[in-house]
Amino acid sequence: MDSNHDKQIQSLLCYRYTIGQCGTGEKIERKSIESSIAMPQELKLILKHADEPGYGPDIGCYLKHGGYETLKKALKAPGRELPDGKKLSAQEAFRGDVRTSGLRGRGGAGFSAGLKWSFVDRSSGKPIYLICNADESEPGTFKDRQILHKDPHQLIEGMVLSCWANDVKLAYIYIRGEFPEGARLLNRALAEAREKEFLGKNILGTGYDLEIWVHRGAGAYICGEETGLIESLEGKRAYPRIKPPYFPAVLGLYLCPTIVNNVETLCHVKHIAAMGPAEFARLGTPNNTGTRIVSLSGDVQHPGYFEVEVGKVTIGELIFHENFGRGLKPGRQLKAVIPGGSSSKVLKAGEVFSLKRKGADGQMIPVDVPMLDLPYDFDSLQSAGTMSGSGAVIVMDDSRSMVDALANLAEFYAHESCGQCTPCREGALWMAKGLHRLTHGGGRKEDAAYLTHIAQNIQGRTICAFGEAAAWPVLSFVEKFWEEFQARGEADAAARTEAGSGANSNLKPYSYA
Amino acid sequence: MPAIATAAPATSVPPPVETVTVKVNGRTVVVPKTMPDWQGKPQLTTMLQAARLGGVEIPHYCYHDKLPVVGNCRMCLVEFGTPVMNSATRKPVLNEDGTPKIARSVLPYEPGTPRGAITCATPISPGMEIYADSPATKQMREAVLEFLLINHPLDCPICDQAGECKLQEYSVQHGQATSEFVETKVHKPKAVDLGPRIMLDDERCILCTRCIRFTKDIAGDDALGIVNRGSYNSVAAYPGRKFDNNYSLNTVDICPVGALTSKDFRFKMRVWFLKETRSLCTSCGTGCNIVIGSREDTIHRFEPRDNAAVNSSWMCDSGRLNYKWIGRPDRLRDVGVRGERSTWSAALRELHAALAQAPMGSVAIIAGARQTTEELYLLKRLAERFGAATDSVPRTGAADGFLVAADRNCNTQGARLTGIWSGTMGAQIPRIAEGIRTGKVRTLLVFGEDVTRYGIGEELLASLETLVVSDILPSATTRAAHYLLPGCAAAEKRGTFVNVKGRLQKFLKAVEAPGDARPEWEFLSDLVEGGVSRKVPATLEGVFNQMVREIPAFSGLEWARIGDTGAAVPL
Repeated sequence: MDSNHDKQIQSLLCYRYTIGQCGTGEKIERKSIESSIAMPQELKLILKHADEPGYGPDIGCYLKHGGYETLKKALKAPGRELPDGKKLSAQEAFRGDVRTSGLRGRGGAGFSAGLKWSFVDRSSGKPIYLICNADESEPGTFKDRQILHKDPHQLIEGMVLSCWANDVKLAYIYIRGEFPEGARLLNRALAEAREKEFLGKNILGTGYDLEIWVHRGAGAYICGEETGLIESLEGKRAYPRIKPPYFPAVLGLYLCPTIVNNVETLCHVKHIAAMGPAEFARLGTPNNTGTRIVSLSGDVQHPGYFEVEVGKVTIGELIFHENFGRGLKPGRQLKAVIPGGSSSKVLKAGEVFSLKRKGADGQMIPVDVPMLDLPYDFDSLQSAGTMSGSGAVIVMDDSRSMVDALANLAEFYAHESCGQCTPCREGALWMAKGLHRLTHGGGRKEDAAYLTHIAQNIQGRTICAFGEAAAWPVLSFVEKFWEEFQARGEADAAARTEAGSGANSNLKPYSYA
Repeated sequence: MPAIATAAPATSVPPPVETVTVKVNGRTVVVPKTMPDWQGKPQLTTMLQAARLGGVEIPHYCYHDKLPVVGNCRMCLVEFGTPVMNSATRKPVLNEDGTPKIARSVLPYEPGTPRGAITCATPISPGMEIYADSPATKQMREAVLEFLLINHPLDCPICDQAGECKLQEYSVQHGQATSEFVETKVHKPKAVDLGPRIMLDDERCILCTRCIRFTKDIAGDDALGIVNRGSYNSVAAYPGRKFDNNYSLNTVDICPVGALTSKDFRFKMRVWFLKETRSLCTSCGTGCNIVIGSREDTIHRFEPRDNAAVNSSWMCDSGRLNYKWIGRPDRLRDVGVRGERSTWSAALRELHAALAQAPMGSVAIIAGARQTTEELYLLKRLAERFGAATDSVPRTGAADGFLVAADRNCNTQGARLTGIWSGTMGAQIPRIAEGIRTGKVRTLLVFGEDVTRYGIGEELLASLETLVVSDILPSATTRAAHYLLPGCAAAEKRGTFVNVKGRLQKFLKAVEAPGDARPEWEFLSDLVEGGVSRKVPATLEGVFNQMVREIPAFSGLEWARIGDTGAAVPL
């Protein structure tokens, strides 16, 4: 522990006392901080080697570090007999392993990967496709690119295993257009894997054939939505599909059963195969197993990506701990945290959430948890009314205007709305225009309510989750920082009255064109 | 007890149909488990279909019975509920009063907020309750309409769609009077020349993609798409391409707003002034069902009318625009006797006398296969009186595999079934020409054809004792006529045609014929009445009902019982 670290803990404590008007009491806070001081550190499963000096994306390096050994073992694995005498093929057994490992999707929704695989229609007679979603576009997220650029063979090994387990003969990696180097590295890695018989016809002499192709996007956030991605891969405009009936597991790519998994999720599949599902499930916390790579950005001293056990590190630790964010910039106070990518609902400094925890007697009891003490996992953040999403934590200190920050986000969503369905198409730009006005001297007192009205008419009414993605920042920013939004509008209105000008006379029409 | 509406088809032998019971606005409705989708394939019945069977029409823009479902407009969002199931027993949980407990749909992340389902794409499930009028449903509709209108130009006063615009209609039925919108509207291309017959106003477009789906999935011409993103999305033809397929105007019909307009109809007439008449297209043997829009005896447009057995909801552009000749200034308006203007009574009296002199075998009749079945029937009766040879003129072109038939006569089958021709249509014409040449045929009746173009030249016509011609527009044949009897376009009379597949369909009168022109069946009735012994009824219904008694293929038909979509007859 160096002095810097102590300072950070001090600042953390100071911060808590400054804003600590929660009903949890000082003692509990101290205890939770103390207990977490010893604990939080990275646990590198996926990024084990990625940042080691001399570690490169070529297959030689991967093989030297034990690469593809898991695949070799898995493909030779015999089937498994269950206690009730039922025989499982090696693939079925592995699919079960992925389910029992508790792996949850790392792309955003946090859905059980094994359950997703189990939905695949295996009786249709159609080919089953697997798509790796490498369209990492959620603002604040920069984890998949680490894997793609530094350890592409790990992804390929995870994909081959996943494809083998699901009888997939053809798979795609849909990589965002802004990753040209990633696409180049992946193509090189795929060629290397083909050459070494980890890919292509008759993989490792087992008779299993698989081809993987890289498909580059053209720069649209919506291509990260799995059915939009599928449309794009089919060569069409990336309009997300309606569900029902177009659930990818049944009617996916070319209307065939399709699995879409995130880069990080597919890498985890390799580790589940390597260490076994039970061992994997011991990482993290119950129902939030394994590790995940957190992208930490914003007003912290030490932004970056950190692979941690899910739920073993709190948001406060991610921001303040020496092993992670190393605190805020000097003299700054925490204002807000966007916990799971820009579309997750913002958390306000000082918020306290009532979470259900298992008590001593095994009963679930409500416990007050300050925002900074929220374990960084799927369930806790969901209980706190937001989500861990893509694992992107964006920290905002008191130098930030929430109005300006939201205007920036709203502009992003207005630009990225595909425009297929009405509420998102019209609402996203409407909100962006309102916020542009509010941040350019045209605000009104009623704008806070105005923005909420628009956002409420978007969420839950769209074809895909983009509706929520666009609405949630607005709903949460405005609700939690209501006074700030209202003050900005009132100030503008007052200034206009003084100047004697009309409502929007100083505004230029707002357009991206 | 709630009223029960069943949706079982009223056919004579109903096949056993698996049904699902749901509630629509509190009313129990039993509906088939599956219903035809846009291609006619059975699919799980949707909430929208179930509500419709329960008598509740759910507002929608993008949904169209005949197009793939995309669910993009969100206008049909409706709050719903499903029975709560006991997870262990898989049986419904009951309320205290024994009714099934219903869980209203809510947002998973905000259980206090109702969640709507798009009824166009959501299948029903047993016990589902559809709340098509609940406050939450109404609020969702209001919100969607508000979104659709914020960037809409609201230029209804100069919009061709005004009066038949779903934005207007739903705004009245489901909208709110005000909007909070205070921003600058999005501006998009206006008067976009999409193709030879279509003009697009992108600002009016609500991006429902009906036009895109129609041209891709129905017309088989993937000509349209969307460019740009989000609110700036615009419908466009592919760069360098014109939207010019022969079905392009259908997109104007299915466009729920004033975005796609017909260059032919644009700015010509307010639609609320148009009288709508159920009629048939006469441009080929398909017999597409149409609605004629007319005002004060001027036809302004043809639009397709639904008929699953014939044209679905569509028609081709060439047929649709083939109406201008009806109003041509050189239409035949006057009855003529040997070049002099006459009256119907005088001309028919003289003609009747002339025909009475004609010996058996000296008369021939060439009747166009575009005359009505009733007219052809009367002509055949007349022919029988004189033992006259009869025939029609074949008229063919390339079939397009969709609606345009190779047979370009609209009543070839009617002419065959009435006995005007048999074997090969047109085969008698050279023999009739030869008959005239040899002097055997002294009297020729020509209805609706210019025979000088089909081997009976002007010098042959000049050698006839009596040439009776009925037509609509002047031709070399009408100029040679001794008796010129001006007739009517289909839009100016009633009657039936039998299409190439043997569907007998009736059409009604939209506009008055010019001058003295009369429906041919009327004066043919007079002629036949005078020329044969038995009485011919003086109404079209009477002619039709008599015809069906004499022609076996029409047996059992009755004018009053032929619905708007016609009846199948054996060919």
